[in-house]
Amino acid sequence: MRAYLSDRMGAALLMAPLLLFLVLAYAWPFLGVVKWSFTLPTPGLGQYDALLTDDLVQSVFIRTLRIAAVVTVVSVAAAYAITVVWVRGTPAQRLIAEFCILVPFWISVLTRAFGWVALLSNRGLINTWLQAIGFISEPLALVRNEFGVIVGMTHFLIPFAVFPLASAMRSLDDRVLLAARGLGSSRIRTFWTVFVPMTRSGIIGAAMIVFVFSLGFFVTPAILGGGRSVMIAELIYLRIFQSPDWGLGAAISVVLVLFVGALMALLFRYVRPKQLI
Amino acid sequence: MQQPGRAAEIKAIGIGKSFGSFRALDNLSLDIGRGEFLTLLGPSGSGKTTFLMILAGFVQPTEGRLFSDGVDITDRPAEQRAAGMVFQGYALFPHMSVEANIAFPLKVRKKSAADIKRRVGEMIERVGLKGHEKKLPAQLSGGQQQRVALARALVFEPGVLLLDEPFSALDKGLRGQMQAEMKRLHQETGTTFVFVTHDQSEALALSSRVAIFNHGKLLQVGAPDEVYDRPDNRFVAEFLGEINMLPLKGVRPADNGSTGLCEDRAVSMHCKADLVRGDAILAIRPEYMSISGEAAAGENGIAATATNSTYLGAATRLDLTTRQGAKVTVSVPNEVAAAALSKGNSVWLTWPAEKGFLLPHGGQ
Repeated sequence: MRAYLSDRMGAALLMAPLLLFLVLAYAWPFLGVVKWSFTLPTPGLGQYDALLTDDLVQSVFIRTLRIAAVVTVVSVAAAYAITVVWVRGTPAQRLIAEFCILVPFWISVLTRAFGWVALLSNRGLINTWLQAIGFISEPLALVRNEFGVIVGMTHFLIPFAVFPLASAMRSLDDRVLLAARGLGSSRIRTFWTVFVPMTRSGIIGAAMIVFVFSLGFFVTPAILGGGRSVMIAELIYLRIFQSPDWGLGAAISVVLVLFVGALMALLFRYVRPKQLI
Repeated sequence: MQQPGRAAEIKAIGIGKSFGSFRALDNLSLDIGRGEFLTLLGPSGSGKTTFLMILAGFVQPTEGRLFSDGVDITDRPAEQRAAGMVFQGYALFPHMSVEANIAFPLKVRKKSAADIKRRVGEMIERVGLKGHEKKLPAQLSGGQQQRVALARALVFEPGVLLLDEPFSALDKGLRGQMQAEMKRLHQETGTTFVFVTHDQSEALALSSRVAIFNHGKLLQVGAPDEVYDRPDNRFVAEFLGEINMLPLKGVRPADNGSTGLCEDRAVSMHCKADLVRGDAILAIRPEYMSISGEAAAGENGIAATATNSTYLGAATRLDLTTRQGAKVTVSVPNEVAAAALSKGNSVWLTWPAEKGFLLPHGGQ
């Protein structure tokens, strides 16, 4: 009992600095934001009323959800393929997969966004090459639209989807796969009817992480969207820093935080936290 | 293995398997008869499981050929061999119900829905899982999971059923029950069963033949009483149960067997001395030895002193030491043990000539 208590005290002491930091740096300021949303410019529920009626805010919300959904599907599918190779491939394949997963972490999100601009813009590498081989005559619109935003965000988020998937795949009992083959099932059939369903918790975890991250993305959409496909985080930025409309910006922030919080609560009903890393 | 509903006949010729420099299986040749219940027995790392995996097609042998009903299947992948297999830990599909698990091999074979329903229903009845059809494996007890694994492996009527230590996770009572059940399933289906275990009593109780492995080599194959009573070598003799070993001198052939000197006393054996001459080991199972006041002339006997006894309930296990220091263990009625211990000095150990057998001196 004593050991148990002191273990718990030890754990609490170790976590205390992080908790204190989170309270000071996030919770406290966020309460201030909540206060603004009810008081600026005049006290009342006016800003939340505006949220429901403002066409611009609503179209940005819908676009954000749409982009987040597409990015989630594409990232999880791509991450699944990479993770299969990383967890179950030959040693050489594993090394290559690991390289592909880890290297993006070492490069700043800003650098990567500009990298995609260099690739995708009208005078970028892809359009130049396609025109050079005569495949197209006019440059394709690959950037400053939703397509560019989706490419950039997917690229950034794939590694985050890999970890919950790898955790699910590593805990899978190989004998179950052997059993399926021994019962006459081809490799492809075994993959779809046994392997994929057995990694379901990993898929849910990966999808939730990517979706939640996508909702709050700022830098990548701001650069690759070129101001034309504005997402919710950029809208908040514009409301606070460019048009002095702090109340509305604060209200959007509060709604976004509540929405993400609800999603996380849903996530942890289906997936245990340790399955996500 | 290719004709469903018919027991397969398997022939392994010169099978070998190396993992890097480790020799897992060495030059193994074995015929497995149609409808036979063959047990592969040996300690862990003896190669028995490797051989089972080669039979299933999950492991490719480094050398040798494998035939099923006369057809070379060495290069055929596991999914086309379709041997029924029950894994250690069962390897059920955790996301599928009992019903869906058992239906899986039939769905893979594109049977009609009506056919699948009928055969799955029959199988569930046969293994006693009625009422559990919709449950997931995690909701079942160990014994029930074992039944699902057996049903799933048998439902498509494979020519051979391969079982990899299927009872290792069960407690003792349940184990006996499942062994009886497996014997019944073997009789009912008539399929060839190949069963891997490291438990010698399980092997002797279940099989029509036992194949004993050690260090990647097949040491002996035979009916349970054959390998138990007439082991070819010391490893087989010791692995199958407790055994007493007495040094013998001057072994030579005699009328209807052989004779030799055991602690300066002439003893006779029914087995032939064609493999051993001179010094040898006389091996006798503890339950074949009895204790008496003295040995009659011409009877096999040796003098010994009782040193220790262990009460086992139905009988007593008695440890004795012979005059020349050999240790012997016997299993005798409780009152005989008490009498022998109270005497303090020497008693006579006797055994019938047909129960002793010769092993080469030293080593294997």
